[in-house]
Amino acid sequence: MEKYDIVIIGGGPAGLGAAIEAKKQGITKVLVIERDIELGGILQQCIHNGFGLHIFNEELTGPEYAQRFIDMAREENIDILLDTIVISISKDKKIKAMNTTGVLNIEAKAIVLAMGCREKTRSSIAIPGDRPAGVFTAGAAQRYINIEGYMVGKKVIVLGAGDIGMIMARRIVLEGGEVLAVLARGSIVKGLTRNIVQCLDHYNIPLLYNHNITKITGKERVESVTVAQTDEKKEVIPGTEKVYECDTVLLSVGLIPENELSRIAGIEIDRKTSGPFVNESMETSIPGIFACGNVVHVHDVVDFVTEESRRAGANAARFVKGEKSESESMNTIVSGGITYCVPHRIRYSAMPDKLDLFMRVENKYDKATIVINNQGNELVRFKKTNLTPGEMIKQSVKKSLFEKAKGDIEITLEVGGSK
Amino acid sequence: MDKNLVCIVCPIGCRLKVTGTADDLNVSGNICKKGIAYAHDEITNPMRMVCTTVKIKGGIHSVIPVKTDKPIPEKYKLEVVKAVNSIELTSPVKMGDIIISNLFETGVNIVAERDM
Amino acid sequence: MYDVAIIGAGVIGTAIARELSRYNLKIVILDKENDVSVGTSKANSGIIHAGFDPEENTLMAKLNEEGNKMFDTISEELSVPFKRNGSLVVAFDDEQLEHINKLKQRGINNGIPGLKILSKEELLKKEKSISQEAKGALFAETAGIIDPMLLTISFMENAVMNGAEYFLNFEVKSIKKEDGNYRVASQNNSVIAKYVINAAGVFADKIHDMVAEPAFKINTRRGQYFLLDKEEGKVISSTLFPCPSKIGKGILVAPTIHGNVILGPASDDIPEREDVGTTEEILNKARTGARLLIPKITTRNNIRNFSGMRAEPSTDDFIIKEAAGAPNFIDVAGIKSPGLTAAPAISLYVVSILKEKGLALNKKESFNPIVKRKFFIEMTEEEQSVLIKKNSLYGRIICRCENITEGDIVDAISRKPGATTMDGVKRRCRAGMGRCQGGFCGPKVQQIIARELNKPLEEIVLEKKLSYILTGKSK
Repeated sequence: MEKYDIVIIGGGPAGLGAAIEAKKQGITKVLVIERDIELGGILQQCIHNGFGLHIFNEELTGPEYAQRFIDMAREENIDILLDTIVISISKDKKIKAMNTTGVLNIEAKAIVLAMGCREKTRSSIAIPGDRPAGVFTAGAAQRYINIEGYMVGKKVIVLGAGDIGMIMARRIVLEGGEVLAVLARGSIVKGLTRNIVQCLDHYNIPLLYNHNITKITGKERVESVTVAQTDEKKEVIPGTEKVYECDTVLLSVGLIPENELSRIAGIEIDRKTSGPFVNESMETSIPGIFACGNVVHVHDVVDFVTEESRRAGANAARFVKGEKSESESMNTIVSGGITYCVPHRIRYSAMPDKLDLFMRVENKYDKATIVINNQGNELVRFKKTNLTPGEMIKQSVKKSLFEKAKGDIEITLEVGGSK
Repeated sequence: MDKNLVCIVCPIGCRLKVTGTADDLNVSGNICKKGIAYAHDEITNPMRMVCTTVKIKGGIHSVIPVKTDKPIPEKYKLEVVKAVNSIELTSPVKMGDIIISNLFETGVNIVAERDM
Repeated sequence: MYDVAIIGAGVIGTAIARELSRYNLKIVILDKENDVSVGTSKANSGIIHAGFDPEENTLMAKLNEEGNKMFDTISEELSVPFKRNGSLVVAFDDEQLEHINKLKQRGINNGIPGLKILSKEELLKKEKSISQEAKGALFAETAGIIDPMLLTISFMENAVMNGAEYFLNFEVKSIKKEDGNYRVASQNNSVIAKYVINAAGVFADKIHDMVAEPAFKINTRRGQYFLLDKEEGKVISSTLFPCPSKIGKGILVAPTIHGNVILGPASDDIPEREDVGTTEEILNKARTGARLLIPKITTRNNIRNFSGMRAEPSTDDFIIKEAAGAPNFIDVAGIKSPGLTAAPAISLYVVSILKEKGLALNKKESFNPIVKRKFFIEMTEEEQSVLIKKNSLYGRIICRCENITEGDIVDAISRKPGATTMDGVKRRCRAGMGRCQGGFCGPKVQQIIARELNKPLEEIVLEKKLSYILTGKSK
């Protein structure tokens, strides 16, 4: 059985970020296992620009961002297994993987999970109608167009105004296709505002708020879709149906962390994020198994993935070196319009001087204040503007604030102006 | 002038408020100074980054991503893709290699986004 | 000249083909689609029924009872996963309790073993998620679950291994008597056969009418389903039915043989025989129906909606006999539920009819009843290691939801008849059948098919001829 200090599952931005950091912390035997034939993960198909402003202070494309991390990983002499898939991991950190050379059994002192996420499909939102060819998740279409060099259709409707949906709408227009409309399923767009501007507005692609597809028609290939307006409960308003003739439907209806391996290992999963519960060190419910990036919660900015991954890598290194935290875990409990907070648990002694809390809100708020309380005492408050469900909040908090904290850390949102 | 813009320079997407005249713009709502430059360009001469792919022989994939190395005037955004579609590269290509230089006499180059 | 031509490569046609391939006969299977198992056989509940439902002394009752007993051997021989997980007909009030007792008695009259009425306590102990409103249930221990597509494909494969020929994309346009034989013709091809078996599913009446006076009509009833993620797989172990009504067995909740959960069918009668779309209204019925049995079940983890057509005969029973005025032309029509269960018994029954009509049945010594198939993921680690050493394609997992390797996919393409489409691969080895529904593996599967068949990528379709996936190279 092959032995490693740290094994990282996934060679996308999260996995590479964690691996490089672990190596920098002096860990010698680090292995990244990647299922694709190259490193970089989904970044390799995100050929648009807009990555890296926080980390590199310049605007990179997905492949450029990936290339920088791949080059760093090479410099650090990190072991990499490509075209290799992990079949199972166990509580005691034994990994079963396989590739074309055979079945591999690997033992690790620490594991970092960085498997990323997958797209929700037509079935997860149960669109009725026929089941012809021509219905793609936006990411699958992105792979066909940007990696394989094939077009998926000529006349396209995009359902869901997620980032990939809007980016693919622009991409299809650039490649000579036509995008009839991007449909937002509610009054709030899930993607970044700048993508509405640079992907849709700049290319005259209509964005229809409060619309949904009620039927897909076409025996073999998509022939048309029926689109209807929806009310504030997202229910279809009868009589508003309109038929769009098209040959393709792209779905950008959400992402779900891929935690099949985490479940096999028995890691506790948060139903809200669909990712593992993690503490301030990005450690899951199993000591020595860490997680970072989209496998924990779906990010919209890769730089935040990188920051989170460096934290996971550094803490995996600490774990391997035998550093332990003695303080008790405090749960971060959210309310008042905040849907989740990562980390879910904080141990005071293991906190860095400044800890980033990642949160999302369930509605749009022009002005709101994040208030952090503990046992009836307000620890700190942060004024925020333009909060929207599509944009993750990153809030840095000082360790010193939590010196006397015990029990639950309550995080809530006060909506409106300051008190 | 009294215009609302969304800055597209980074994912934060600052909501900019632009007042004044083209020569003397007053920009607010920006977190960093890139927002001011963006607003200025957007009002006077909108510029766009364009990213697409080019055929490649002998690589691990059949196309390689390329981009404009800086924003190009808005009117060329679809022309860029047409211009590169006829090109076929041969592996190896390094990230940053210039595929087309000074496209449409704009001073903008088309460069490879990755090694392949 | 063929001895027997079989029209329709669904579970009935292929089961008959396999049975006939035991004998020294020249047989041919014809289907209008580009693959086998693409009609009713691919879109049903996958249940092997115990046999207490059909009315006593019907053909359906007899063939259900006989068919059910044959599945242990068949699944073993053809390497098709099958499990006798047992079924429960759940009663919610006194009237229904009375009804399940009647069903039990009918089952006994039909010769079905292992029937038992469970009290509420016994039922709740057996299935913990079941509704607290339940009052009792009829338990049938011989009921089972199977992969109906793999069964059909394996019947076909075994028949072909044993010499049966086949033509796909062969839509029968006419059947003419010719010198005491039949000429069965498509647009641009024809075969001559002494005997013709009409196993054309929802089109069986149209095929019948090509050679004989109309004798029956097939109405189509569409059943719509949800297929849930394996995460929901532990919610039940038996197949649950509500009390049956006149129109059918009702909306069931069942585990599938692969560990998913299936809900449905909720039905509507529609005239268009191949309109296998789904509608919100009917899907809602399926969801509501399922919740009567398992209140906590949600469709949050739905991975696929689909619908399938049932061939409802205008007579109330299976129609399996020589067509009046068309000697040696045998209808096997109106095979609605429990058609899947009855399929192997139907094949024996049809062979007995053919024998009666003078077909000489001489056993073929070389007949091999075995289809070997083992997916990589089902093997022990030692077997896996040996296989990867032999063929490294087995070391590359393509479908990561179902853990299907490139070797499994190449195998599915190279068998006869092999997969030529994305859905063809999916039906044979489950690549793309999991929770991402081919989102990740789709492009890779398409490349593998293109490579193996030596075709351009854009020519590989989803399922039917015109279901193209790509519109061409982007540049």
